[in-house]
Amino acid sequence: MFEYAPAPESRSVVSIDSSYGLFIDGEFDAAKEGGVFKTVNPADEEVLAEVASAGPEDVDRAVAAARRAFPGWAALPGAERAKYLFRIARIIQERSRELAVLESLDNGKPIKESRDVDLPLVAAHFFYYAGWADKLPYAGFGPAPRPIGVAGQIVPWNFPLLMLAWKIAPALATGNTVVLKPAETTPLSALFFADVCRQAGLPPGVVNIVTGAGDTGAYLVAHPDVDKVAFTGSTEVGREIARTVAGTGKRLTLELGGKAANIVFDDAPIDQAVEGIVNGIFFNQGHVCCAGSRLLVQESVFDLVLESLKRRMATLRLGDPLDKNTDIGAINSAAQLARIKQLSEIGGQEGAERWSPPCELPDRGFWFAPTIFTGVTQAHRIAREEIFGPVLSVLTFRTPAEAIEKANNTPYGLSAGIWTEKGSRILAVADKLRAGVVWANTFNKFDPASPFGGYKESGYGREGGRHGLEAYLA
Amino acid sequence: MTATAPIGLSDLRSYLHGLPGVDKVGVEARAAALGTRSVKTSSKAKAIDLAIRMVDLTTLEGADTPGKVRALCAKGRRPDPADPSVPSVAAICVYPAMVPVAAAALAGSGVHLASVATAFPSGQAPLEVKLADTRAAVAAGADEVDMVISRGAFLAGDYARVFDEIVAVKEACGSAHLKVILETGELATYDNVRRASWLAMLAGADFIKTSTGKVAVNATLPITLVMLEAVRDFRAKFGRQIGVKPAGGIKNTKDAIKYLVLINETVGDDWLDPAWFRFGASSLLNDLLMQRTKLTTGHYSGPDYFTLD
Repeated sequence: MFEYAPAPESRSVVSIDSSYGLFIDGEFDAAKEGGVFKTVNPADEEVLAEVASAGPEDVDRAVAAARRAFPGWAALPGAERAKYLFRIARIIQERSRELAVLESLDNGKPIKESRDVDLPLVAAHFFYYAGWADKLPYAGFGPAPRPIGVAGQIVPWNFPLLMLAWKIAPALATGNTVVLKPAETTPLSALFFADVCRQAGLPPGVVNIVTGAGDTGAYLVAHPDVDKVAFTGSTEVGREIARTVAGTGKRLTLELGGKAANIVFDDAPIDQAVEGIVNGIFFNQGHVCCAGSRLLVQESVFDLVLESLKRRMATLRLGDPLDKNTDIGAINSAAQLARIKQLSEIGGQEGAERWSPPCELPDRGFWFAPTIFTGVTQAHRIAREEIFGPVLSVLTFRTPAEAIEKANNTPYGLSAGIWTEKGSRILAVADKLRAGVVWANTFNKFDPASPFGGYKESGYGREGGRHGLEAYLA
Repeated sequence: MTATAPIGLSDLRSYLHGLPGVDKVGVEARAAALGTRSVKTSSKAKAIDLAIRMVDLTTLEGADTPGKVRALCAKGRRPDPADPSVPSVAAICVYPAMVPVAAAALAGSGVHLASVATAFPSGQAPLEVKLADTRAAVAAGADEVDMVISRGAFLAGDYARVFDEIVAVKEACGSAHLKVILETGELATYDNVRRASWLAMLAGADFIKTSTGKVAVNATLPITLVMLEAVRDFRAKFGRQIGVKPAGGIKNTKDAIKYLVLINETVGDDWLDPAWFRFGASSLLNDLLMQRTKLTTGHYSGPDYFTLD
């Protein structure tokens, strides 16, 4: 193989301050109790910045600012709100290189993904919901749908800015104001987004960003003046939130974990299916709630698929997230790396066969080689629990009925994939899969016009598309 | 291995239609993703020299003259008169009538001489004419023959006829290498490209080539990707390595490097060699030379610093 010379994207396009405050009422401000935490670059463990840790008093201030801004924002004609959203979308496009580099630095994802997937989708989401802002009476939720009020939103670390866009764009388009808490390990792009809001001239208080750990989030969710809670993250935390919110009259949407089945039938386009398998589990280091982490292969093509998959995995390039040729970046945090390692060890202990291509891991930072397990059964923990890393469990099946049964035999139900050249089989199988999204002959494809959300323990409510408006309208 | 098919002629249809399908969206997405690889500095220098060595420098015009062909041969032997470190191209590719001129001009250079044959570019001639065309080219000194398949027969499902023609032309080639042009722009689907690739390989092709350069759609990255997958899988199954030649429409260094990346990440090292991969091109060479000069000197020279053919 001929080696590609290093092709790093320039770090100088983004300037990161040494410390950041909370974004409340249009201003950056230190936390009242003065707490701070550090955010690191997972690729080399360098500290990127110190960030304020919001306490109860800070969350109170943020919610109060959002409450004050709400009547004015809600009363604006939809077309006026749309102008702000269009402006935000354009600024994001203009600053996309800067934001992509920032996202890769703070999250560890390859620049090729933040540049070609995250940022274009972020802008597209704002453009899409900007378009809805003046058409809400025709969205199918009554002739005069009303905003709910103040939305408390909590986003995860796997797609920090994209998940922010999924939350904030529909909330603002429908006339709500928001208090958003980014994940503890990836707060920076949300803080840069705050700057985008200022640049767009968004009225103070419409968007507030409070950074912090789980406590900050818990306080935000429990806040009596929050009318609507939207959370993306683990099923465990989702359950806690559902308990907190129960009986309060708050509206709630949850987008939680997954253990998606990616089903390859013997009449699949094999080369493209292998691409889909790779994309399904190794995209974003497998830090994807809808990742295709359970591969179900029809027995008659098992050898062919496995051999092709291994050959393809040997070409994956792991390393510096800022290198334009990197396919697999860093694991987001030490804690996540520990969990991936632990579950992988359990996979081995339970008798599954582990394989990784030859792959040199950097000395510093958090890294995990792309890994597959064969000989996995439904009873193995690696087939049941969400690993949230670049680890694929391979299972086999003989008949379509068995594939469907295995695919559905999970507490989750976020996504699934079907690979076959037979159109009728796609329709028949998709109909029986209990998953919010079913991809046919593709995987991990996102579009702002398409609703996204789960069955069962993968959560409830839909984000994206016309359906995504419903969660923010009364 | 001989040209004998490892399967019976009557099974051709079920065999070719039993190959895994190609998903259009998927193969195009994969080719586009590989097209974003960033090849810079030292790896770019390496890629440019390799690409020059892979060029089948081509002139296939009704207006070709012996003088033009001689000039092209001189250029192929020594692409940049000002810089002897530039390697020769792989081959010169001309019409059969020009083969004697080219053979004389290339004698002793190590540059191969390819001739298109079999009623290029349409392939619409009786088999005897095609074979005579081939024999004449080989007799005049061509050591590589680029034939076209009968797309009409292929699209009509008459695989046996296409197969037999390739076998016959291969025989007429003698020791000359046979490149089989599938004219993928007329095959319409990626599934057909895959089937035609296998058909040509089963019939004894040494190379499979995308296009004549004379139709609207010539070489593209996804089509070449499908063909690379075919040669990879064919070797895994039958142990014989086949070369690939995209032709037509590859005009600049950036494009050429995308093809090299495609090889690198699909079939690997074994095909990163002029013996197994060629570019059918004419204007590509000057852009490669220009980029090469840019890399060594740090600045671009004007087009007048590079010879026209």
